[in-house]
Amino acid sequence: MLRIRKAPMLAGALLILVFPWIASRVPAISHYPDLMVFAGVYALITIGLSLLMGYAGQISLGHAAFFGIGAYVSGVLTTQYGVNAWLAMLLGALAAAVVAVAIGAPSLKLRGHYLAMATLAFGIIINIVFREEARWTGGPDGMVGISGLTVFGYALDSAGKYYYLVWGIVAAVFLFTVNLIQSPTGRALRAIHASEAASAAMGIPIARYKVIVFTFSAVLAALAGSLYAHYMNFINPATFDLFFSIKLIIMIALGGMHSIWGAIIGAIIVAFLSLEWLHYFEEFEIVVYGAVLLLVTIFLPEGLSGAPAKLMARMRR
Amino acid sequence: MAAESVNDPILEIEELVMAFGGLTALMNINLRVPRGKIKAVIGPNGAGKTTLFNIITGVFPPTEGLIRFNGQAISDRKPHQIAELGISRTFQTVELFNSMTALENVMTGRHLRIRSPFFGCGLALPSLRRQEKSLKQEAMALLDFIGLAAKSEIMAGALPLGERKILEIGRALATEPQLVCLDEPAAGLNETETETAAHLIQAIRQNGITVLLVEHDMKMIMDISDEITVLNYGEKIAEGTPKEIQRNPLVIEAYLGQGGGFEIG
Repeated sequence: MLRIRKAPMLAGALLILVFPWIASRVPAISHYPDLMVFAGVYALITIGLSLLMGYAGQISLGHAAFFGIGAYVSGVLTTQYGVNAWLAMLLGALAAAVVAVAIGAPSLKLRGHYLAMATLAFGIIINIVFREEARWTGGPDGMVGISGLTVFGYALDSAGKYYYLVWGIVAAVFLFTVNLIQSPTGRALRAIHASEAASAAMGIPIARYKVIVFTFSAVLAALAGSLYAHYMNFINPATFDLFFSIKLIIMIALGGMHSIWGAIIGAIIVAFLSLEWLHYFEEFEIVVYGAVLLLVTIFLPEGLSGAPAKLMARMRR
Repeated sequence: MAAESVNDPILEIEELVMAFGGLTALMNINLRVPRGKIKAVIGPNGAGKTTLFNIITGVFPPTEGLIRFNGQAISDRKPHQIAELGISRTFQTVELFNSMTALENVMTGRHLRIRSPFFGCGLALPSLRRQEKSLKQEAMALLDFIGLAAKSEIMAGALPLGERKILEIGRALATEPQLVCLDEPAAGLNETETETAAHLIQAIRQNGITVLLVEHDMKMIMDISDEITVLNYGEKIAEGTPKEIQRNPLVIEAYLGQGGGFEIG
């Protein structure tokens, strides 16, 4: 029976809770809560993406675009139309959902990796839109002046405060997803992954489930985009390019495709790699990612979340 | 449409043609499956038996012809819609959910009979938790019926072939079908296992479920079938009771070649 244990969940929550306090005592890592905000934003996307890849068996190469849709809808609506930031966030998610259904419905009816191709093309097109529609998006230079977020008049104006907003949302989404996996819906998804022919014979509408999961993952990516825009106060198209979509896949592969835990761990590691640890490599950064992906697929096909079980098996031998 | 009566066949196939490019797999097949009976379709390898199953269950649409289930045309339906109507199946090459336990396999078979709203599932609503509990009991009862209750927590992929075949039948029954299509339930099984499968199929009929059976094991076919249809090279060459089929010269020729003097069964 698929069970996700409560103890590691509590331990993880506690660690997230006290981390800013620990970081503030250690000068060398005092800026880590800022990095963790980005890690949290990435984790929101990877949770949805791992559900799509690990449970529905589909690959998306265009999630940077949904991330961008959230960010730009929030950015444009709040700066140019004076829309409330939370309402804009909701509208961004809605826009992503509509687009996801439009792309997903036709390509997920087909067997095979048509979704990967459709999302790859879609991601590139959206990125061109971000660059070219300068009236709204500011073009390649991006847009500035996106306001911060306030909760009931309380401004989340520091990394420490924003950290708790982002990770609070990650925790809620994590719980939702864990419930989902252990529910009839999760069972249907695992069944589809195991055998499409048999799932259909059991009356499971395969295409519908795939579209639902894809849409859910797109909505989460848009939500992450809005959070990103309001934190950075600035967005430009380069953040939402194909390379970021691939980075998301690396996060999933690194953490472990079949594990929601893995999605979060992968997001945190890649966030720290790309924002802190790999600066030394400069333009060779991409080579390091390639090497990481290669090593993980060869030696840890289950990702880091599968590593403990593998280690145990080896020790027993 | 007239009310369905006990005497109407549950499944009717009329002038069915299935061509894959230039290859005609099935040629003008007419078939009636009587309600509440065990109907067998036999024939040498490549006769088109599995193709017939795939068309009935909506895996691909027929090139020509009509299929009616309870008097309703179903040839243009998708597999999951066919399952919803009350036709379930097993596969020649066992298609279990290997990474799930025997119990979970049967629980998945009850997907049509339960509610699974996306947000309700994510929020773990109490009503869905209660449903999950009773679902588990129903699935255990079914495992008990097929004699695999003791294996409920074992991964389907780790069971021996005989039990995998039985489990697949159990999963098909979990959908509460009116008609269940079994594709070679005895293939690869030893004598005892085959007997277990035969008993199970008879028990299914006793529960009022119609069985359509494709099989190579002649002893099993002759023992349990009410009616047999013989296919050869995509064409129907004979139909009748087991006794009639055993004496039919066309059938003997198809199986043993001209001049074969053996009796089947």
